[in-house]
Amino acid sequence: MAGTANADWALNMPRGVTELSAETYDLHMLVFWWCVGIGVLVFGVMIVSLIRHRKSTGAEAATFSHSTIAEVIWTTIPVVILLLIAVPTAKTMIKLEDSRNPDVSIVVTGYQWNWHYKYQDQGVEFYSNLARTSVAARAKESGVDPYSVENYLLEVDNPIVVPRGKKVRLLLTSNDVIHSWWVPELAVKRDAIPGMINELWFRAEQSGTYRGQCAELCGAGHGYMPIVVEVVEPEAYQVWVQSRSENES
Amino acid sequence: MHEDHRPAKGITRWLYATNHKDIGTMYLVFSLIMFFVGGAMALVIRSELMSPGLQFVHPEFFNSMTTMHALIMVFGAVMPAFVGLANWMIPMMIGAPDMALPRLNNWSFWILPVAFSILLSTLFLPGGGPASGWTMYPPLVLQTGDAFPFLIFSIHLMGLSSIMGAINIIVTIINMRAPDMWLLKMPMFVWTWLITAYLLIAVMPVLAGAVTMLLTDQFFGTSFFLAAGGGDPVMFQHIFWFFGHPEVYIMILPAFGVVSEIIPTFSRKPLFGHDSMVYAASSIAFLSFIVWAHHMFTVGMPLSGQMFFMFSTMLIAVPTGVKIFNWVATMWRGSMTFETPMLFSLAFVFLFTIGGFSGLMLAVAPADIQYHDTYFVVAHFHYVLVPGSVFAIMAAAYYWLPKWTGHMYNETAGKLHFWMSTIFVNLTFFPMHFLGLAGMPRRIPDYSTQFADFNAMASIGAAGFGLSQLIFVYVLLTSKKGKKATAEVWDNPRGLEWTVPSPAPYHTFNVPPKMPDEPVLS
Repeated sequence: MAGTANADWALNMPRGVTELSAETYDLHMLVFWWCVGIGVLVFGVMIVSLIRHRKSTGAEAATFSHSTIAEVIWTTIPVVILLLIAVPTAKTMIKLEDSRNPDVSIVVTGYQWNWHYKYQDQGVEFYSNLARTSVAARAKESGVDPYSVENYLLEVDNPIVVPRGKKVRLLLTSNDVIHSWWVPELAVKRDAIPGMINELWFRAEQSGTYRGQCAELCGAGHGYMPIVVEVVEPEAYQVWVQSRSENES
Repeated sequence: MHEDHRPAKGITRWLYATNHKDIGTMYLVFSLIMFFVGGAMALVIRSELMSPGLQFVHPEFFNSMTTMHALIMVFGAVMPAFVGLANWMIPMMIGAPDMALPRLNNWSFWILPVAFSILLSTLFLPGGGPASGWTMYPPLVLQTGDAFPFLIFSIHLMGLSSIMGAINIIVTIINMRAPDMWLLKMPMFVWTWLITAYLLIAVMPVLAGAVTMLLTDQFFGTSFFLAAGGGDPVMFQHIFWFFGHPEVYIMILPAFGVVSEIIPTFSRKPLFGHDSMVYAASSIAFLSFIVWAHHMFTVGMPLSGQMFFMFSTMLIAVPTGVKIFNWVATMWRGSMTFETPMLFSLAFVFLFTIGGFSGLMLAVAPADIQYHDTYFVVAHFHYVLVPGSVFAIMAAAYYWLPKWTGHMYNETAGKLHFWMSTIFVNLTFFPMHFLGLAGMPRRIPDYSTQFADFNAMASIGAAGFGLSQLIFVYVLLTSKKGKKATAEVWDNPRGLEWTVPSPAPYHTFNVPPKMPDEPVLS
């Protein structure tokens, strides 16, 4: 059920390309199937009752009005189910918080309305703006058909580039209002708050291009500051860092 | 004799009203108007989101529509509707002649048209209405232009109205019950309102504090939420959601009460587990105070905080589930008929449960990283609020309308209203689960093309839902044309309100009633 990224009619979240995105997806599916099971049970009983216990087909009302046993059972069983969900969830949460010993550290600053990336100790920094093709199309009555724009509203001029298989840590802050950095395929999202530095980390196991959007209302341009992450082989990443830092010095 | 005096004539009857029935009517009419105002804003939102690209409105105006839609629906439609039902029904259900504080009651109502005129007037200011989301997070909300002080003032007024109303409800229920109506003998609608009133008194002042701090940050040089001055934007979120989470239970507990009145009547069977339902509602109310930060899983909270709020949030599923099971057990081996109030109540049980399931999914913090600020959340809260709270309000209106007007409403039109509302509400909000999972964030005026199909579906659903509400207006406008209603209206319903004539006389229970021998079990 992972589906292709950015597919039409997508029904489910992506399984993603990190170990923790897969664990997140599995937790999501775990609680989803529990809900389906409980729903089938409860709605099933309701539907049977709606059919069988109608006045129009002659059903006579019973008079019972309580049962302590029933109340104990349908209080205890849900608690057990919740424990079955909570325990694996706690394990994943602990892993998500462990941002020690990263291989790459990038300071991410949210602005109204773009992102700024600064690779710590690498001499690489740049702004990442919505791509010109989308900018041209997105204005009210622009006359440009959004369907003709590739990755409409999900393309930038300068994507963030990171090495595959390495632990990447982002330090998030903002220059103005609260923004939020989110890439679904990496299953990480954290608010970028002025005056605070937040942390998130990921280790992408597959190379590719992954797209996300700002996930906290930040004004008129909130829908127009996407994120594009390019995961490349470590050697290609080194080459990229070299060339960017040379260009900037 | 005192009880025979007719209501005043003309505008003074309404302006100076102290009669709980008149005040209840004003709250309900006001909330219906606000429902259409908020609904119109929703249609602006859904029209823009019908297809990719920006067709109708600029992003700033779109953001003010999402903001105002929520403020109007929460504070102008849902809450006043439940207060209107409380005013009409609580005195009758406990055998009291009126509310304890009738003049306070008058002010509680009349503050609202003033508050909402102030709020809605901001749409005509040069910078437009507030556009920060109804959650008003700083620093963004401090970028609101001229509308800002009007926003804060109108929220203060709404809060005053709610607090005064809540005081009135508690004092009435505690002091004015008929002798022999001990607390556990009260109907569920009265119980859920008693609990809701305590929640209101506890949290509305917190909201007032939060927005006052925004006001002083903006105009009086404080830095509660401004990092440059040593403040903390996240502190606002804590304070806001300490109000905000109990607030959503304020909007659903009276709905639970309504459904607990209606299902037993149309199942011809007592409410299953009445005492258990009281304990479950109380547990939900208590737990609602210790879950607030589940709205904040992405702010950078320490792990221990995330764990606590996740576990406490999951725990709310237990008493909520108990209530669902008790309603089903009420239906089970009953003798059901499906008049409009019952249809809306049954749809409530089904669809609120679906909203509850998405709520449980949202509680799982790592998964919430993917759901937070996406359309998955929008789907969740619209399921619990629309086929949840709003359907319960409609159910209550159909249930008690014959008592209020003295005539049976048009049952065919009611059923049509029900079916259209149910079909379209699902068409509107179910696809939003998929949109959120597929990666569409909230509060954006335009989106990438892969989200187009489900957005189009939701927009069509919204248009259909909006149109369907006109059937409800038709039912209300023609409500006096049906045949005369008896005192009982329905088939042997329980409750003191069914012992007075229909329409209920202007003054009822001037003398406290003698309680029937069997306990009032609903």
